[in-house]
Amino acid sequence: MRRIVVVGASAAGLAAAETLRREGHDGTITLIGDEPEPPYDRPPLSKQILAAEWQPDRLALRVPADLAALDLDLRLGVAATGLDLVARTVRLADGCEVPYDGLVIATGVRPRRLPGEGAHVLRTLDDALMLREQLKPGLRLVVVGAGFLGAEAAAVARRLGAQVTLLEPAAVPLAHAVGVEVGQMLARAHVDQGVELRCGVTVTEVTEDGVRLADGEVVEADEVLVAIGSLPNTEWLGGSGLAVGDGVVCDAYCEAAENVYAAGDVARWYNPLFGASMRIEHRTNAAEQGMAAARNLLAAPEARKPFAPVPYFWSDQYDMKVQAYGFLRGHDEVAVVEGDVAERRFVAVYRTGGRVGGALAVGMPPKAIRGWRQAVVTGAAWHETVRTDIPVVEA
Amino acid sequence: MKVELEADKCVASGQCVVAAMDVFDQDDDGIAVLLTEEVGDDRLDDVKEAIAVCPAAAIRLARP
Ligand SMILES: Cc1cc2nc3c(=O)[nH]c(=O)nc-3n(C[C@H](O)[C@H](O)[C@H](O)COP(=O)(O)OP(=O)(O)OC[C@H]3O[C@@H](n4cnc5c(N)ncnc54)[C@H](O)[C@@H]3O)c2cc1C
Ligand code: SF4
Repeated sequence: MRRIVVVGASAAGLAAAETLRREGHDGTITLIGDEPEPPYDRPPLSKQILAAEWQPDRLALRVPADLAALDLDLRLGVAATGLDLVARTVRLADGCEVPYDGLVIATGVRPRRLPGEGAHVLRTLDDALMLREQLKPGLRLVVVGAGFLGAEAAAVARRLGAQVTLLEPAAVPLAHAVGVEVGQMLARAHVDQGVELRCGVTVTEVTEDGVRLADGEVVEADEVLVAIGSLPNTEWLGGSGLAVGDGVVCDAYCEAAENVYAAGDVARWYNPLFGASMRIEHRTNAAEQGMAAARNLLAAPEARKPFAPVPYFWSDQYDMKVQAYGFLRGHDEVAVVEGDVAERRFVAVYRTGGRVGGALAVGMPPKAIRGWRQAVVTGAAWHETVRTDIPVVEA
Repeated sequence: MKVELEADKCVASGQCVVAAMDVFDQDDDGIAVLLTEEVGDDRLDDVKEAIAVCPAAAIRLARP
């Protein structure tokens, strides 16, 4: 394998490129990204960048010397527009055709939008800088969607003195992801900080003076942030023959077609640890999957390893650090095993079927959670592991 | 080689501890701390793994 092409120059793509070199690949690596910046990190966009605590130069994922040491054929500011699986070429917006022996697809996702003009979204550095420009005391900001992204932005905006209205279609924010009790706790934290939270409302469009709800009411705002989830960037793969369905469909090795792998937010792969196909939008997964895809691309068929991670996620809101391990969505039961939800210091574990599927902690030392990560790794039986009166011993 | 940690970038994910327990630990808030600043060649692979999985790009190897 001489020529490897990685499309998407962010967390997953960079991790793949670095891993290829660490594993000894000495052929070419072409790293293609449609953003002009060298690989940068996104989680601080809704935190330190929005709060103007950091300048954009802190976002770089690698210092220039480390990037240079990878000896990449780096093509920034140019999008991949097509893939020919038979000829084994990637077509670029500037007309170039880049041939490959191996390909890693890491094109991530983009925000879903609402009808109407003028609303902010939050995915790129430019998005964050444009919103940050507007955030000042007294600004009336409507945030559509109380998921983690919207909630983080609402928290920062509130801290900067904006008047924040958070609109959420569900009855309890994040209930489908973290359960009703934890969702209510997170919601309360926002209300305590003076955010106006309205649940059970559907926004149909962005208007000149705010947003319109399904019942016709207009919620007025100076600025609107739409944070209602994302769509995988797979359009450029249209007609290539790759299976695409809410992400690039991959097997347990992250392989989508022979010598074609996908990683990060754009990849939908089969995670054998949970026996389920999943697509995960978490920062740590992007790096881990980029590494796994690169290793499998270089490995002999019998040396390949299934990608079976315990997903990990964190979120910062006000003074709360939320950390979660495992796959919480679609859980059947939640038990608080340590601390107190009302005090915002607790560990909650999630049952999926008969096993421990995940754990979420707020304000707890790392040791309190690590044992639960282990329980997810081993697929520990729920009834043997979860006793609310006995803390689980660290593995 | 010398390991460098930018603690104010750390997001307390603990990935570095999983990758190299003898080099990294976490304080009570989860923020990473270095157990040693100097690592021998035999530990380089694990430290490089920690650098690769750190979601905050908070760890580096100093260039000689
Ligand atoms: C504001 C924000 C806050 C977040 N906070 C957290 C957090 O606290 N915790 C957490 O775990 N996760 C968080 N995440 C999620 C995390 O950032 C993502 O999971 C991670 O960035 C995914 O990396 P990726 O490389 O797969 O995709 P991306 O980072 O989306 O990178 C894909 C890259 O490919 C480019 N691209 C797309 N199409 C093409 C094309 N056709 N040709 C060339 N290039 C293309 C894109 O422009 C982009 O640069 C956050 C995300 C955002 C946006
Ligand atoms: S992996 Fe990085 S972010 Fe996570 S604890 Fe270690 S230094 Fe901090």
